[in-house]
Parts: sequence; structure tokens; C-alpha cells
Amino acid sequence: MTDPTTVRPELVEGLHFPAKKGRASTSSARTGLAALCLAMLAAPGVAQDMPPTPLIVPDQAPATTAAPGQTAGGPLEVDVTGGISAPMPIAIPAMPTTAVTSTPAGSTDELGRQLAQIVTNDLKNSGLFTPLQPAQLRAVMYPEVQAPAFSYWGGTGAQALVQGYVRANGDGTLTVGCYLYDVSAQTELMRQGFVVPPSDWRRAAHKCADMVYARLTGEGPYFDSRVVYVSETGPKGKRIKRLSIMDQDGANHRFLTNGQSIVLTPRFSPNQQSIVYMSYVGRVPGIYVYEIGSGRQRMVVQNVATTFAPRFSPDGRWILFSMATGGNTDLYRVPAGGGTPQKLTNSPGIDTGGSYSPDGSRIVFESDRSGGQQLYVMNSDGSNQQRISFGGGRYGTPAWSPRGDMIAFTRMSGGFKIGVMSPNGGGEKILTNGWHDEGPSWAPNGRVLMFYRSAQGRSGKADVWSVDLTGVNERRVPTPLDGSDPSWGPLRP
Amino acid sequence: MAKLTTTILLATALVTTAACSKKRPEVLPPAPGEAPQGPIDGSGGAGSGAVTPGSSEDFKRSVTSDTVNFGLDMYDIDATARGILDSQVVWLQRYPNVRVTLEGHADERGTREYNLALGDRRANAAKNYLVARGISPSRVTTISYGKERPLALGSDEESWAQNRRAVTVVLN
Repeated sequence: MTDPTTVRPELVEGLHFPAKKGRASTSSARTGLAALCLAMLAAPGVAQDMPPTPLIVPDQAPATTAAPGQTAGGPLEVDVTGGISAPMPIAIPAMPTTAVTSTPAGSTDELGRQLAQIVTNDLKNSGLFTPLQPAQLRAVMYPEVQAPAFSYWGGTGAQALVQGYVRANGDGTLTVGCYLYDVSAQTELMRQGFVVPPSDWRRAAHKCADMVYARLTGEGPYFDSRVVYVSETGPKGKRIKRLSIMDQDGANHRFLTNGQSIVLTPRFSPNQQSIVYMSYVGRVPGIYVYEIGSGRQRMVVQNVATTFAPRFSPDGRWILFSMATGGNTDLYRVPAGGGTPQKLTNSPGIDTGGSYSPDGSRIVFESDRSGGQQLYVMNSDGSNQQRISFGGGRYGTPAWSPRGDMIAFTRMSGGFKIGVMSPNGGGEKILTNGWHDEGPSWAPNGRVLMFYRSAQGRSGKADVWSVDLTGVNERRVPTPLDGSDPSWGPLRP
Repeated sequence: MAKLTTTILLATALVTTAACSKKRPEVLPPAPGEAPQGPIDGSGGAGSGAVTPGSSEDFKRSVTSDTVNFGLDMYDIDATARGILDSQVVWLQRYPNVRVTLEGHADERGTREYNLALGDRRANAAKNYLVARGISPSRVTTISYGKERPLALGSDEESWAQNRRAVTVVLN
């Protein structure tokens, strides 16, 4: 359990706590909590029946109990387009523990503080929330988790309140409860519980933040996700590049390769068990699949020609890639387990940078068949190739949004900037304005992008950044060294 | 040839400076990274002594240059490049058992994957020229480094021009 990548997801989601005003109301607050605990203890049995279950969101704005506060002026929700100018004030006090217990992840009271901090950072980084400052937060005792001091929170200006608790279970797991309240309506909006091994304790906080984010913004969750990227160090003329993996917020960072060979352009497989990337190992540049659990690697296409720009298809069955032979580069696909490549494009120019639509039926790619790099869309068998970008300058590195509604790209016109357009080429919007921003990769919810930003001049320094679709909320993603080629993985199960 | 000589002299000067700097730390050596670097595999064999015929060192001393350069987004072999490659052909014909690899490179003003393809184009353009001049294609392999291994480190026209290149490297 010390190696995070070997940990089987044991997160219990959609765990339905007893309805707040149901059973609990028949007993004292104290026994109400006991009932909750019993429900939680029963959870592992549920977990074994449905291991990597997708989120079953009990979207239970309890209609029966919401009535008293509903006069306060409409439902509590965050405007995701105007949210930047008016982020929602939200209170996230430290999560109390049922009993201070020492665990492999640390003492549960300290964990409770850190869990709240992770939720705070996630929501703050989204740009859509303004978490209250620590001085404005009040210490929450365990019995208060389900009975918030609304009068206090109302005075802080917070519109939403996230409370929770942490408990060490007898079987070595941790239970984290997460509750979202509407402060002015004085109602509970949602609750979820998560049972995690201590090594995955941060994921419980990300899941909690995802619950809050999704409930209040209407957007999909994305905080419980990982990123593979290329860690960089050393002089510009001889950068040392290592395949690396980390949580979306930079935590749990791990180097996967030792830097002896250049590695480039990693991408997660849809099931997140492996990474496809390009490596110069043995001085033969080619595509490799790295199994995250075992650390084993295999070359995908045995060929003397250079293969690069690999991507998994959404169903994981194919690897789309580019192959350069004799100065001409075309797109191919090969069964993910290996086999004979099928050629998809046949232009005399450079066709590369392919990216599947989320349903796998189409591919967006870049080609210089018309002169400079431009974006094209085709069916996944290579038929019906059509150019979609027509603006000035060049367009490269297309990435189809997981929502399907947009294609992100690098636009080269003067500087290098990250932008988005619709799959038919309309509605182009430029989101960044660095000297050299390149290689956008979508968050699982299709609202945020990661990319890398290179510095001008001799340093050659590159860093990983993120930006959302408003283009306003731009920030650097913390990495231990420099970084490039980020690839945002799917939401974890 | 003039440029190559300069490189060797500068390298020697650097070694000297480095040696001296231990005794005289107050004399600052040139900033690290200033020295032009050789091709990826830059055989460190400086020395002025005997050079093994047919070796990498012999190649570098014998040819006009081991590097040809390209225009922005271009991969055509111009007159200057032809002269350089012709000198390589002469040497390669003298040592018919020697194999070479052509390393194609791009400047930093392109996206990573496109530049890998562009470097491949440049390496193949140079290879095709050698082959057209009678060198067996079985003796010439290619590899593209895209923008991963710039020679000049600045972000200016002069640096970019140096980095758009195909380098012939003797395989030992």
C-alpha cells in the first residue's frame, strides 16, 4: 500500500448516509451520530460489491426540508461564466475527528485540518470560489458537523459551508464525511462519505471538493484526477527529461523514468493503468507503453522509422500515432496490444498531433498539407478529411474536449498561445498570452486546460500551467522541477 | 573549416581557463554553456595528435562541416549545404565501410511533435542528397531530435538559424 499506483481504488462513493431529518430526528443528536457511524461501518461490504463504481450522486437537495429557507432568493449556484468576477464565498473549517487516532497517514486530528485545506485549495484554484480566511473560520466540534452554526456562518459572508469529519476505522481504512450547506437558506444541499486506505487520504478531500464543485457550479467534477507530464531539468541544450506522475494539485509526485533517455508527450490510457509516451531509449525514437502498476514497458510498433505523437482511443483499443518515413509523416493507428499499423492519412505533408473525439468516431489532427500547420477533422478510419482552422498563422497540438464541444490548440501567430474552437472551426477564442504556450490538455470536466509555458532565452525553462475557459483564471501548477507536456488524466473511479 | 577551427580553439581555451581558474578564482571563466557544443554524440576527443583514418574525428577534420542549415520551416538543400554535403560524400567514398546517421533538428519556434516531423524531413533531405551522390542508403540512417537538442541557446534569429540543422555523425 506504500506504492500509490498499486493501490486498488477502494473509495466508496454514493454512500447514502441516513437521511438527515429522517432517522436522526427520532433520537437525540448523539444517537443520530451513532446511526451514521453504523452506516459507515457497513460500507466496506458495499465496496466489495462495486469496486470502481462511477459516482452515484445522491443529488438530494432535500425538498422536504428545504422549504423554510427558500425565501432567501433563488437556489445557491455559481455562475461559471461570470464566476471569475464574482467567485462564491465559501467556508471550509477544519474537519473534526471522532477520536484522535494515529494512522499511517498521520494523526486523524491533523488529517482533518489537512483535508479541509485540500478542499480549500481545490475550490480556490478553480477560480469560482473564495474560501474564507482561516481567521474567519470557527472550530467545529464533531457534533456540529451535521448541525451547523448557521447564525455564525451567516455573519462571515459565506454563502456555502463545507463541513466534514474524519474517522479511523478498525480495519485500517479512513472514513471521511463531507457535507455541503446553503448558509442563507440554512439547509443541507448534499453529503457524501468516502472510505479510503490511508495512502489515498488526499483523494477523499478531492472527492469532497468535487462534490461541492459539481453541486454548486453544475459542471463536472475534476479534482480527483492525476497528471502525467515530463519533468525537466538541466541546461537548455541538453535537458534531462523524466516521465512523471502527480495528482492534479501537484501532490503525490513520482518520477517514473530516470532521465537517461529523452521522453516526450505522455498520455494516460482511459483506464489509467498505463501511459503511452515517446522515448529515445536505445537511441531509437519510438512509442512505448508504461504499465503504472508494474513499471514494465513495451515498445508499441517495432519499426526502424520514427514513431511519435501517441494517443489512446477513448475505448482503449487503439493507439493513434504518427510515423515519419523518408521525410513524410502520416497518422496511423495500431491495436493497443500491438499489431499491424493501419495508415489513416496519405498526404505528402506532415500529418501529426492526432486526438480522438470522446466518442471515438472522429479524429482532429494537424497537417501542413496546405503550407503551414492547420487543423483538420476526419472520421476515425481516415475518411472525410476536412480543414477546420483558417485564421492567420499556424495551428497545432489539437486536443478534443472530453465534453466533445471544443477543440483546444496551440496557435502560432507572433507568440504561441492556447486557444479553443468548436469542432467545426467556429467560435475561436484565445485563452493565454505567454511567449510560448504549447500543448493544451483537458481536465476531465472539459472546463480547465493544462499546458506548458516556455521561457524565452537561454534558460529554456518550461513550467506547467492551467487556465480555464474564461481565460482569466490562469495559474502555475507546482512541480518539483521544471515541467512540460502535461496530460490530464480522467476522473479517478 | 574556419568555423570548425574556431570551435576547437575555443574548446581548448575553455579547458585552459578551467584549469587556470582553480588557481585564480578571481578570473571568471565564460558563463557556462557559452561554448558551442558539438553534435549530440560529440566525441570528446580533442587532442591534436594522430587521428584514426575513417574515425569520427577524421570526418570532422576532413569535411567542410558536419552540419547543414535550413531556412525557417524549410528542408531544401541549398547551394551552401550542397557544398558541405559534397565534401562529406568525398570522405564517405574514401571509407566505404563507415556508416553515418543524420540527426535532424528544428528551432524552438514550432510545436514539439511537428518539430519531430520537421527534423525527420531535414535529416532525410540531407540523406537523400548523399544517396543521390552515390552513397549507399544502407550506410545512412536518420534520427530526428525535433527541438529537443538546440545548439545555440538564445531565442533570437541567429540562434534559431543555427538550430535548424542536419548533422552527419559517424557511427563507430
